Amino acid sequence: MYSKALNTNQIMRQVMYALALGVVAAYSFFGWGVIVQIVLAVVTAIAVESAFLSIRKHPIKPAISDGSAALSAILLAISIPSIAPWWIVVVGVAFAIIFGKQLYGGLGNNPFNPAMLGYAFLLISYPLQMTTWAGEFLGFSQAIDVVFNLSSVDALSGATQLDNVKTQLALGKMVSELDVHSISQAWINLGFLLGGLYLLFRRVITWHIPAAFITGVAVISSVLFLINDQIYIPVQNHLMLGATMLGAFFIATDPVSGSTTPKGRLIYGFLMGVLVVVIRVFGGYPDGVAFAVLLMNITVPLIDYYTQPKVFGK
Amino acid sequence: MGDYIKIVKNGLWANNQALVALLGLCPLLAVTNNIVNAIGLGLATTFVLVASNVTVSIFRNHISKEVRIPIFVLLIASFVTIVELLMQSYFYDLYLILGIFVPLIVTNCAILGRAEAYASKNTWDKSALDGLMMGIGFSLVLILLGGMRELIGSGTLFDQSSLILGSFGDTLSITVFENYQGTLLAILPPGAFIGLGLIVALKNLLDLKAAKTSESIPLDGSIKTIALNNS
Repeated sequence: MYSKALNTNQIMRQVMYALALGVVAAYSFFGWGVIVQIVLAVVTAIAVESAFLSIRKHPIKPAISDGSAALSAILLAISIPSIAPWWIVVVGVAFAIIFGKQLYGGLGNNPFNPAMLGYAFLLISYPLQMTTWAGEFLGFSQAIDVVFNLSSVDALSGATQLDNVKTQLALGKMVSELDVHSISQAWINLGFLLGGLYLLFRRVITWHIPAAFITGVAVISSVLFLINDQIYIPVQNHLMLGATMLGAFFIATDPVSGSTTPKGRLIYGFLMGVLVVVIRVFGGYPDGVAFAVLLMNITVPLIDYYTQPKVFGK
Repeated sequence: MGDYIKIVKNGLWANNQALVALLGLCPLLAVTNNIVNAIGLGLATTFVLVASNVTVSIFRNHISKEVRIPIFVLLIASFVTIVELLMQSYFYDLYLILGIFVPLIVTNCAILGRAEAYASKNTWDKSALDGLMMGIGFSLVLILLGGMRELIGSGTLFDQSSLILGSFGDTLSITVFENYQGTLLAILPPGAFIGLGLIVALKNLLDLKAAKTSESIPLDGSIKTIALNNS
């Protein structure tokens, strides 16, 4: 039934459907800001991609209608705080499309995941706006007010759980004194996990990268937890906080910037999972998925070179 | 005269050390986070280039071929030491900011490159002009990149000019964008690489356009002769 290969447009559309669950979960905790960011991101992506394609004198319609720019935009919009000002998502998406994709020659030629390149750019450039999350559900008009700078958000914002835990641990608190759980993060991660399983079921992605990614996260975080359970948070928290599931199923599995051989995908996913935890625990930023993805992206040519399947009989 | 025009053109554009030869990138990328640092390093590099080119050119017939590179390096190092001591006494704050990159001018391949490729084969006046033009070409790229990064990174231009010009410099500082929160990436090392990449791309684009327009002119004999006479 699924033996027919999907074309780019169909793949992109399936991925967007699969993202819906996680987006609904995020919406139910953060409110309309999530949707506003996604709309802004998609509009920006299509505008920037069209403008750049016309500069490069390439046909615009096929490139826009394959949905890849919109998908990158949605992934980036999901990753940034729902109350970030409008220019954050606009600048980030423009950077992702221009520097992450078009300058390398468009879809299929980019060595880095455009969405994560845009995210890393935003996180490094605007750390304050990128780490202030909505503390409560925002209605539509409220979300518009906040995103377009019409009113202040101080009263209803906060850091993410990973960020909180990191700050508290740095102050010398022990894990047992802290609440390392986060209901909202757990539901969002669960949404992306279920969406990812749908992608597996539809054979849009193979099991290698997500399985290896999650194993990598689990292995390194158990090792750390066993070394000292008062400094390092438990495995289940690493799996259900931050962007773990989004990264495992939707970002690491990008067919362009990821590894393409079965064995390579296992290595690629596993090392990425390990890096995510290492950057989270020892790095300067609260979450490590974006940096882990970018770091592993540059190792892909090497991994693919050494894991090419042997031609039968040779 | 044509020789001198060609030297100027080479230094500023056709063989620009930063954009075409891509030499001396380490200091170029490291100190261009604002215009003032760029001007400071640009001036220092230009001084060393001119001085080393002239000395190398004067002594070019007395330096034996086998040991020329160490001798060039020694000459360059002496001038860098002079610059370093001058900066310590007159622009101490700037010297602190530029830090290791002042002594590192010794290792700037652009300087050794000009000594080896040009000054060791040409008369001192041409070498002096070559050093000056190569230095100015290098400095202009530094300043352009520094300006770009400062503008995008912190929304100002000529900030901290007092480091070079004393109290007069404070009046030069321009805040281009009010209430600008800054794009940190432009000031960090990735901003230098991206910025330089864009400038090199722009130069290649302009060259390509120039080549296209000159192609569209019908190549009749008269233009050819002029071109030959000039070169």
